[in-house]
Amino acid sequence: MELFWYIIITLVLAIFFVLDGYNFGTGIIHLFFTKEEKDKKVVAKAAGLFWDFNEVWLVAGGGMLFMAFPTFYASVFSGFYLPLIMVLWLIVFRAIGLELRSQFNNKMWSTIWDTSFGVSSLLLALFFGIALGNVVRGVNLGSVESGVSMHEAHYFFLPLWDSSFSPLSEHPGVIDWFTLIIGIIAVVTLAIHGATWIRLKTNASINKKLKNVIFNLNIALLVLTIFSLIVWQIVNPNSLNNFIEKPYLLIFPIIYFTGLFGLFFIKKIKKDSHSFALSTLLIIGGITSSLASLFPVILPSTNTVNKSLTIYNTAASNYGLSVAFNWAIIGVILLLIYIIIQQRILKGKIDHMDYGH
Amino acid sequence: MEDMIFYDRLQFAFTITFHYIFPQLTMGLSIIIVFFKWKFLRTKIQKYNDAALFFMKIFAINFTMGVVTGIPMEFQFGTNWAKFSELTGGIIGQTLAMEGMFSFFLESSFLALFIFGEKLMGQKLHFLTGFLVLLGSWASGWFILATNAWMQHPVGYEILDNGKFVLENFSELFSNPWLIPAFLHNQFASVVTSAFVVASIGAFYILRNKNLEHGKLFLKTGVIFGLVSSLLVAFPTGDWNAKNVANYQPAAFAAMEGIFETEEAGAEIVLIGQPNMVEKKLDNKIAVPNILSFLTYQDWNKQIAGMDQFTKEELPDNIPALYYSYHIMVGLGTIFIGVMLLAIFFLWKKKLHTIKPLLWTIMFLVPFPYIANLTGWYVAELGRQPYLVYGLLKTSEGVSPTVSSGNTLFTLLGFVGLYMLLGLLFLILVGKTIHQGPKPIKH
Repeated sequence: MELFWYIIITLVLAIFFVLDGYNFGTGIIHLFFTKEEKDKKVVAKAAGLFWDFNEVWLVAGGGMLFMAFPTFYASVFSGFYLPLIMVLWLIVFRAIGLELRSQFNNKMWSTIWDTSFGVSSLLLALFFGIALGNVVRGVNLGSVESGVSMHEAHYFFLPLWDSSFSPLSEHPGVIDWFTLIIGIIAVVTLAIHGATWIRLKTNASINKKLKNVIFNLNIALLVLTIFSLIVWQIVNPNSLNNFIEKPYLLIFPIIYFTGLFGLFFIKKIKKDSHSFALSTLLIIGGITSSLASLFPVILPSTNTVNKSLTIYNTAASNYGLSVAFNWAIIGVILLLIYIIIQQRILKGKIDHMDYGH
Repeated sequence: MEDMIFYDRLQFAFTITFHYIFPQLTMGLSIIIVFFKWKFLRTKIQKYNDAALFFMKIFAINFTMGVVTGIPMEFQFGTNWAKFSELTGGIIGQTLAMEGMFSFFLESSFLALFIFGEKLMGQKLHFLTGFLVLLGSWASGWFILATNAWMQHPVGYEILDNGKFVLENFSELFSNPWLIPAFLHNQFASVVTSAFVVASIGAFYILRNKNLEHGKLFLKTGVIFGLVSSLLVAFPTGDWNAKNVANYQPAAFAAMEGIFETEEAGAEIVLIGQPNMVEKKLDNKIAVPNILSFLTYQDWNKQIAGMDQFTKEELPDNIPALYYSYHIMVGLGTIFIGVMLLAIFFLWKKKLHTIKPLLWTIMFLVPFPYIANLTGWYVAELGRQPYLVYGLLKTSEGVSPTVSSGNTLFTLLGFVGLYMLLGLLFLILVGKTIHQGPKPIKH
């Protein structure tokens, strides 16, 4: 049951990053590459139509994490207190940016909210990447000081950064050079994903240019990926063990690299849905590979006093997980129905979609 | 430690208060929108569809605000109340996760269709999507109330040696005797808010002498929904809840009613008075003898325990706040019924749109149902103190062990600033929508 919920929650969060990921990416592209008002409007709309539905995946994933792994939820949410609250604030600025930009026909007004949307999208992508970096690197569980835990074994608190800025320090902060690299990878990945989404859903005049942008970002991503894999070994030397012991887990890195190499052919790909599928593979592969390298650990301990958090030592009771299994099946079936209906009705390009049309 | 708990509580209270401005409108308004849409399907009169689309715009603004202020609520369980989450997550995590699964997906999927899909799918399907939005928003209320009901009156649990609550019986979470009365009371109260909003916009249009036809429709619909829901909030649902409190949380009952001393026979009902916590009495009291005993137990002479019967640890930690919240809620509820009765009388006489003082009253009454809804929640939450899970887990035992009060104060100030900005933008948007009005009627 723990494993089932672990898979489900990973899936929900991966879907969140695929769906809301294109919104973050759209925001990043919007910030740097749109010049004309017509493009700005339609690109913002490519995100604006769906952001609330996409954000529900985060709420649902959070709720399930709370239900299935309450100890993990409590530990991580209180330990990463400041960055999490800042993510909440950014989510607000992202949303109001999208909702407000077209409310008044005034250039200054829409510039303010475009910037709010773009900058918070960029920072959200960065923060989520940094979060993943923290999970891979691990934290000082129990806040151990010279061999003594200052808190219960599964609690900790991380400052935003530590003066050494190093993942290998005794008290690493939320941001260090390793998590920052993962954060930048997230920004680049989501920017690519946003670009493929804009091409898929709009007829913006920047679409042609975006092919080049995707290609160049993809080169950067390849370099960053190789670099991160090397430093990954320094930060978490055991990260390859799972793949050696259970070779079938290699499917996840393969998914990632399929996306990565596939996107080098962006200039030849005819259908925009294919390039969007490739950038989706990037996100799903990236998240699942990182988590698979840790499994069954979900938050490594950087000290030797307290054990890492795993899906087994943080889970709720078996009865609770089984009951939830039953309602989750019903929920998933309903959800699939909603999505099919929604996609059938709102299919196609959104350039001319508006209230009451 | 003390100020840490204080800041954690203040942050939660502030963010949930601001959050609940929005869902209380959307839950009630979705019913009225579905009503307008249904009338349009039946009669094919254009003004009903205009009304549905107009209020859908107001709904969408509120929905957005509800989403962005709602996510911090879920996160705060983990960030500020980690110990509480760890100990009870196996139980309240169920209802909260179900809310995401069964209500938010439904609501957000079909809201997008309701807003963007009218021309794409025809009127009947459009009505259906509106109905599904209604269902989603009410399901959300249901799961939140189920969560809260468990905290007020825990059922279906088992406590392990390490202090963790584990779920023992899932279905008891939903057959909790606290749940149905609290849910219905809350939902009808949200209909009151939205009915007042609809009536108030109607009164505004009539007083401004613009969009007259729509204004009259809004006024009439708002007044009818307003009277029915105001009555249902008081009786039977309000009465039912009060009996639950008297039954399961007698200390909270004594405090909210302001009974300092137990009376020999029947207890009086306090209408007005200020709690004097030093002398343990009410100043400037106006009370009617024996009524409280009758209302609670249908027995004029039944004894009701006053606060003197409980130890300091059993009583809520902020008695005046609880007392005022309760009396403000009840007082406002009574005023709503009075104003709506008067309005219905003139509506029946077909004169309502000409009685200016009453229109002004209805227009300016609009903040008060919000206050009544929020104070109602304060009654529930302050009454549960000093516990998070009534009788079992103290509020002081639920906070995050590693988050310092300085960090919480910082984020609290951040929320205050951010929400002031949000509130301002919200008013601008709603104001603009009301100013533009529904589509003008072509004659």
